Amino acid sequence: METTTKTDLEDFRLETRRWLEENCPASMRKPIKDSNDYFWGGRNATFTSEDQKIWFEKMLEKKWIVPYWDTQYGGGGLSKEKNNILTQEMTRLGCRKPIFSFGISMLGPALHKFANEEQKMRFLPEITMGKTWWCQGYSEPNAGSDLAGLQTKAEDKGDHYLVTGSKVWTSYADKADWIFCLVRTDFEAPKHNGISFLLIDMASEGVSTRPIKLISGKSPFCETFFDNVKVPKENLIGTLNEGWSIAKYLLTHERQMIGGVGETDQRRELHDIAKDHLPMKDGKISDAILRSELTMQDMNDKIFEMTIQRIMDEAKTGVNAGALSSFFKYYGTEQNVSRMELMTAITGSDGLIWEGDDKDAMNQARLFCRSKGNTIEGGTSEVQLGIISKRILNLPS
Amino acid sequence: MALILNEEQKMLKDSANEFLAANAPVEQFRTLRDNNYEAFDTDLWPAIVEMGWTALTIPEEYNGLDFGYVGLGQVLEEMGRNLTKAPLLSSIVLGGTALVHSTNAGLKSKWIPAIMNGTSRIAFAQDEKNYFDPSVIETTAVATANGYQINGTKKMVIDGAGADAYVVVAKTEEGESALFLVEADNKDIAIKTDILLDAGTYATLTFDNVNIANDQRISEPGKGDELLNLVDNAGAICLSAEMMGMIKAAFEQTIAYLQERTQFGKRIGSYQALQHRAAKIFCEIELCKSVVITALQGLDNQAENLDELACLSKSKLGKTLKVVSNEAMQMHGGIGVTDDVNIGFYFKRARVAQRLFGDYNYHLDRYARLNQY
Repeated sequence: METTTKTDLEDFRLETRRWLEENCPASMRKPIKDSNDYFWGGRNATFTSEDQKIWFEKMLEKKWIVPYWDTQYGGGGLSKEKNNILTQEMTRLGCRKPIFSFGISMLGPALHKFANEEQKMRFLPEITMGKTWWCQGYSEPNAGSDLAGLQTKAEDKGDHYLVTGSKVWTSYADKADWIFCLVRTDFEAPKHNGISFLLIDMASEGVSTRPIKLISGKSPFCETFFDNVKVPKENLIGTLNEGWSIAKYLLTHERQMIGGVGETDQRRELHDIAKDHLPMKDGKISDAILRSELTMQDMNDKIFEMTIQRIMDEAKTGVNAGALSSFFKYYGTEQNVSRMELMTAITGSDGLIWEGDDKDAMNQARLFCRSKGNTIEGGTSEVQLGIISKRILNLPS
Repeated sequence: MALILNEEQKMLKDSANEFLAANAPVEQFRTLRDNNYEAFDTDLWPAIVEMGWTALTIPEEYNGLDFGYVGLGQVLEEMGRNLTKAPLLSSIVLGGTALVHSTNAGLKSKWIPAIMNGTSRIAFAQDEKNYFDPSVIETTAVATANGYQINGTKKMVIDGAGADAYVVVAKTEEGESALFLVEADNKDIAIKTDILLDAGTYATLTFDNVNIANDQRISEPGKGDELLNLVDNAGAICLSAEMMGMIKAAFEQTIAYLQERTQFGKRIGSYQALQHRAAKIFCEIELCKSVVITALQGLDNQAENLDELACLSKSKLGKTLKVVSNEAMQMHGGIGVTDDVNIGFYFKRARVAQRLFGDYNYHLDRYARLNQY
């Protein structure tokens, strides 16, 4: 572990700032509008612009695709402090992430904790080079909130597993190269004890996908079908039948991601948007009830941001914030849903436009519809409240 | 600034927790109430002075500790937890803040050491109407040959009975709200006391041609509204800290009850209808903790957005305390509405705390006004 002094860190900050200013193209410093603005990597990687390609390659060369992973896995080997500085400087300049990858945000942490060295060497460098597009195979048609009731089975066939079943809500399954999957390997054991964590190549024979259309229109979600898919045994992560603990670990990361933790909030405050749309009288929004509703929303948004900061500050002093991921997921998504509801109220008939010439207005109605999924995906609000009751408040079952 | 307590602040909180559990628990609140609504335990205040709590926000030039509002907030939180009755909010937060930020050296050197040492205490006389609204001050201070003459009526004066002096808010002829120090032994002040829902003593003061000398003016000409705003912000934020303690105590007692009470052969905490309500309150409490420490730090740093922080903390804590105190009663069931258990004390105190320094609707509206909508 390298030791760093305060001057080292200050030097690093200046160097980093200079490097980013020189190497991050101007168009890569504009806010992301939709998922098309991201680079996703993968076997069939496509860049949507030359700048996107330049930015990715510069960061790759610098080993800053995942700056905080160890260098042996292709990471940048940065200390926590230096990584924080890099994040701060990127935020300051508005630099986009060079790649959007579930491999980095979700699978990576699980591999670090549960995979053997051979597996780490096999999968992590591919992630840091942006060569594998990963998707997640958790939910099933009959295993949603009751995730541990999943039925996709992996039979032991000596040198391989034979996988049969189906997954649902697989984001980008139609584009991904690999899927990390929860499968049932023991049908006799209590449901939590018969689950294993398996990595499956989406190009394997017997894998097929079907996109799911949401109420908002098209979506990244798919159904994924496994029809007698042969999976080599070395693709099992962790111990056989103990996949549930990996699943739980990974869900903590997912909840924080959906709850918006760690994202810099560049959203405009509601009252600011409201001023553009609503009639005012004597310097006040005329609709007194709407005024009070959106004030309450803005105030809670602001206090939620303070709470994210407070809990991150506490975590730095060694307080375990893991148990709070359900709080973040619950509160963050409930806030987002009520915010979108208020946006619809504020934008009136413009906010209802579904198709037409005005692309921005059209987006509002679809975002509103999409938000209804927030309190469901990644564990429903009710599931999160159940976790808080049992794990944090110790209420009896 | 990190939103956490430093080591000294943590130690202060721990020692306040221990001290109050031993010397001023909720049972003592009950005893005082049963003893014909006694305002304070007379031994407690000297002990609190001894602990140094009255010196936390007093600058070093007056031999204070200059420790800050974050520290004082921790003490107030522990007092809220125990429903401790002591004039810390009235004399130190309100009276003390007004004096510390005054430029009147004579008044400061006379009164700051006295309130810090506990030999005197001050009450803050602001409200005139049924609701908190500092924009409506009808009490007047008219200049005389060598001072001011004050006329008007003040309501909801916290710990007003038995105070040695009042900080009085009055409109000057120039139209600003100015702060004056008026000694309580003035014969032209009539005092009436009311015991409110929370078993606390609140005074109504009538000033009938009360004459004071020039040097009793706390706020400089032209700076009165600003100083009043600061005292009101300090009051709102420090009261929020006290409410934080009440919220935590009422919630903890309710969770303990859900864990032990059995009905239909099961502990009632196993019912999802109650679990989800408890979990939602847990989330609201997480938000409360963050806004209170941010606002207390804002007082210490003289944050530019202090008005906004006061709105955020008082409205959030007000709303949450209302929910928590109501749910605490409901989840305790029949026993909750009896005077035999303490949970009802929190419910009653909640409503008075809600009223002081503006309820959540007041601060919601103020927040909107601050942001020009």
